[in-house]
Amino acid sequence: MSTVHVALTVNGERHELDVEPRLLLVHLIRDRLGLTGTHVGCDTSNCGACTVHLDGEAVKSCTVLAVQADGAEIKTIEGMASPDGTLHPLQEAFWNDHALQCGYCTPGMIMSAADLLQRNPNPSEEEVRHGLEGNLCRCTGYHNIVRAVQDAAKGNVGGASAHPPGMSEQGRENIEALESGLGA
Amino acid sequence: MSATADTTTGGNSHVGRSLRRKEDPRLITGRSRYVDDISLPGTLYVAFVRSPEAHARIGSIDTSAAKARPGIVAVYTGEDMDAGGPMPVAWAPPGVTLNTPEHYPLAKGTVNHVGDPVAAVIGIDRYAVVDAAEDVLVDLEPLPVVMDMEEALKDEVVIHESLGTNKSHEWSLGGGDVEAGLREADVVVERRIVNHRVSGAAIEPRAVLAEYRAGNLTIWSSTQVPHFLRNIVAALLGISADRVRAIAPEVGGGFGSKLQIYGEEIFCAWAASKLNHPVKWVATRSDDMATMHHGRDQIAYVRMGAKRDGTITAFHTKIIADLGAYHMLLTPSIPSFGGFVMSGVYTFPAVQTDVIGVLTNKFPTDAIRGAGRPEATHMIEVTMDQMAAELGMDPLELRRKNFIPPHNEPHETVIGVVYDSGNHEGTLDKLMEHVDVAGFRQEQERLRSEGVHRGIGFCTYTEVCGVAPTRVFGPPGFGVQGGGWESGMVRVNTNGSVTVYTGTSPHGQGHETGFAQIVADRLGVDPQQVEVIHGDTATGPEGLDTYGSRTLAVGGEAVARAAEKVARKAKSIVAHQLEAAAEDIEVRGGKFQVKGSPDKAMSMAEIAGEAYVPLNLPEGMEPGLEEIAFYDPENFVFPFGAHACVVDVDPDTGKVKIVRYVAVDDCGPAINPLLIDGQVHGGVAQSIGQALYEQVVYDDQGQLVTGTFVDYALPTAAEMPSFETDRTETPSPTNTLGVKGVGEAGTIAATAAVTNAVIDALRPLGVGYIDMPLTPMRVWQAIHSDAGPRSTEQGRALDEHGGGAAGSGPTSPTEGGAQ
Repeated sequence: MSTVHVALTVNGERHELDVEPRLLLVHLIRDRLGLTGTHVGCDTSNCGACTVHLDGEAVKSCTVLAVQADGAEIKTIEGMASPDGTLHPLQEAFWNDHALQCGYCTPGMIMSAADLLQRNPNPSEEEVRHGLEGNLCRCTGYHNIVRAVQDAAKGNVGGASAHPPGMSEQGRENIEALESGLGA
Repeated sequence: MSATADTTTGGNSHVGRSLRRKEDPRLITGRSRYVDDISLPGTLYVAFVRSPEAHARIGSIDTSAAKARPGIVAVYTGEDMDAGGPMPVAWAPPGVTLNTPEHYPLAKGTVNHVGDPVAAVIGIDRYAVVDAAEDVLVDLEPLPVVMDMEEALKDEVVIHESLGTNKSHEWSLGGGDVEAGLREADVVVERRIVNHRVSGAAIEPRAVLAEYRAGNLTIWSSTQVPHFLRNIVAALLGISADRVRAIAPEVGGGFGSKLQIYGEEIFCAWAASKLNHPVKWVATRSDDMATMHHGRDQIAYVRMGAKRDGTITAFHTKIIADLGAYHMLLTPSIPSFGGFVMSGVYTFPAVQTDVIGVLTNKFPTDAIRGAGRPEATHMIEVTMDQMAAELGMDPLELRRKNFIPPHNEPHETVIGVVYDSGNHEGTLDKLMEHVDVAGFRQEQERLRSEGVHRGIGFCTYTEVCGVAPTRVFGPPGFGVQGGGWESGMVRVNTNGSVTVYTGTSPHGQGHETGFAQIVADRLGVDPQQVEVIHGDTATGPEGLDTYGSRTLAVGGEAVARAAEKVARKAKSIVAHQLEAAAEDIEVRGGKFQVKGSPDKAMSMAEIAGEAYVPLNLPEGMEPGLEEIAFYDPENFVFPFGAHACVVDVDPDTGKVKIVRYVAVDDCGPAINPLLIDGQVHGGVAQSIGQALYEQVVYDDQGQLVTGTFVDYALPTAAEMPSFETDRTETPSPTNTLGVKGVGEAGTIAATAAVTNAVIDALRPLGVGYIDMPLTPMRVWQAIHSDAGPRSTEQGRALDEHGGGAAGSGPTSPTEGGAQ
């Protein structure tokens, strides 16, 4: 089968590969780049275990062709912690709040939650629940996942460096000021 | 909630702490390894060609086009497999003869359900094998199908010619005189209760990788039972078990559906040895929906008798269980597990369970989280509410009137099952601290006047778990050709850190954390210094894996006993070093110290130094510091609890919304409350899923309607409530930890609580009973049916017509004619 040349950046590292036009992005990530933290849990884009960020937005990588990601910046679960090993606030919150059991849905859940918090830095419980509708978990009943996402949003993750993803210190101060003004 | 202090740990209190999990760093960073994350050089991939027919005779199979495709190495059919079957039934209900149809990893002669594999394509690329599978031409001659279990019992269409019947077996367990009890009763409630078919739906699909090298077979599988897998692969392929190594690496959920030996596992092992290449198969979700065992699928005809004052006089259940096309590992046993808890938490003087197992053209049923006990509990607890309504009595008052009194010592039920300990008043009292029923009733009245239909439902349950005493599960009982024990091995390493080996095999529960806490307390080390190794038959002692909420009550106890042995040896070493008596050494503050003399103490690292450089050990003591314990419990453990559910039902749409869910569970003293809550959350959610949304549906020709997650409605975060959890702690006398199990509690309790809540909401609208799943359509139809609430007589009449949602007319075509 003929192949197509694809160049993309994954977790800050540039890759150039020749791929079958039908190759799914998730298989490029897993099988060609060896980043196996991104999982596959269904054939119908329901479960969200394969969620990654493509140019800063969450996508289900089982529903994206590798060729569509040509030129894109991809971030996977392996790219969420800092190079020095400091966990992303969502990772820390998932750990603290027992928001995972078997761990299979967890990478996709964290990537979706990160996307949610970028769009809505201080979501209500209801907003978290609806925001994660595209990610299935069979272990936790979602209770602790919802708690973890809210804790990460609020910076309740125990570390001094903990702040919501994509939010500046100024943004955080603004939200805290807003919350105190609301008596929260 | 405070944890129970363990006096043996001398003030080291890791047990009882909500320690965050040791497993998590690798899981939250994407650094874990599930089966499909493991790559071996030269790996070949498998795709199975599956039957589109539910019942057919296999004619010719033309594999030539598939074989001719680039990258295809081999195509096999059932006739090519010279080993590997028939697939075994490992557990059978005691004392019955089974009609067991033979089945193989690749079908031979006939296919008997949609998805039955007829050929396997092997090649160098995971996409190429799927293409080639499309090119395998299979000539299937359709045969009549039978999908309805009660139709199947008539034997008008017999699925397996060799058996001559669709009836698999009958089994009964009872005590007391049920018929006399029903005659004495002032009120008899009869219901036909349908517990529909569900999928375990772990988010990681099944995956297998097998490698055969120089006479040794290694098989990685997403399984709950690597030790069973090793033994059965060895037996079916004729390889000595010591030449087979089974590894369950990270496993992405099980819920019972990976307590199985699948033909795909056997096939991959066989093909790896045939081709001398590693062979990998990763299921698609469609594969798993069609060919990963389902659960439940029982119709129960229940009869309960009571005096006017609420004293229950008898409870009888006739269960017809749809076993599907074949018997798998435990298939025929599942309804019997329910029979063991058919007394519930009550002093019923007469209880009888009669099971009829039936074969149909569906995929087999087997253990799904709870395995028989959710069905039994649903029967008991829904019927208790039906009885309360008949008697005009408060459902909780009826329960309290019949509760087994609190007991710390074993209590024998009328059917001869011995509950270890229980305090059902206690869990219900605790639940009432969270739920103000009187206040709720006022609120309910007020809301009704505003058109909001709110209901509350309860479930007070017990379950039997901690599988298992060998005397019950071994050859004389359920016929398992082995025991029910578990092993634990504790090794203090030369630097004083600790490695624990367990024969249990986790898939999300948190064994590594809970076991580390148990060992840390006994050895005076931090849990971070304790590594727990599991899921590999080539490491540690023999084991019997994870299912039936056995991890802590059996596996944890074995680990605790091994740690106690290590602590005893360590105390002797310390006593010798410090010139004290071994009895005077205690574990305190992370050290082994002389009682009352904190300055006279040794750390585990120092003790390990003495043990491994044996220049000054007590006379005759062997060097080293590691011990094994095997533990075979005397009895099961019986966790229990009281759950409450509050729902709102929209009468215009039939939609049910969970407003509150409160769970009070008693699984003995907590090792790690965080893990307990997590198990309860997940179990309750899975059970709410069954009660409201999930259903495996086949049409009347045996086509699977719910073949993907598009059609099978797994709940999302948006459907689930926040859960409220609490506990009481009644120690089990069965093991020294006092622990019970909690993995299945949520699925056992919640369907009844939800169903009772919905019925409570719907009573003013004329609905007295309704079967799950409580989908909007079914609820709407129930509300808009002409039939009023069922009295006993109406119930009987409906039973004869086999109504699904009683009092509601026929179920909708879209809900399937043959679930």
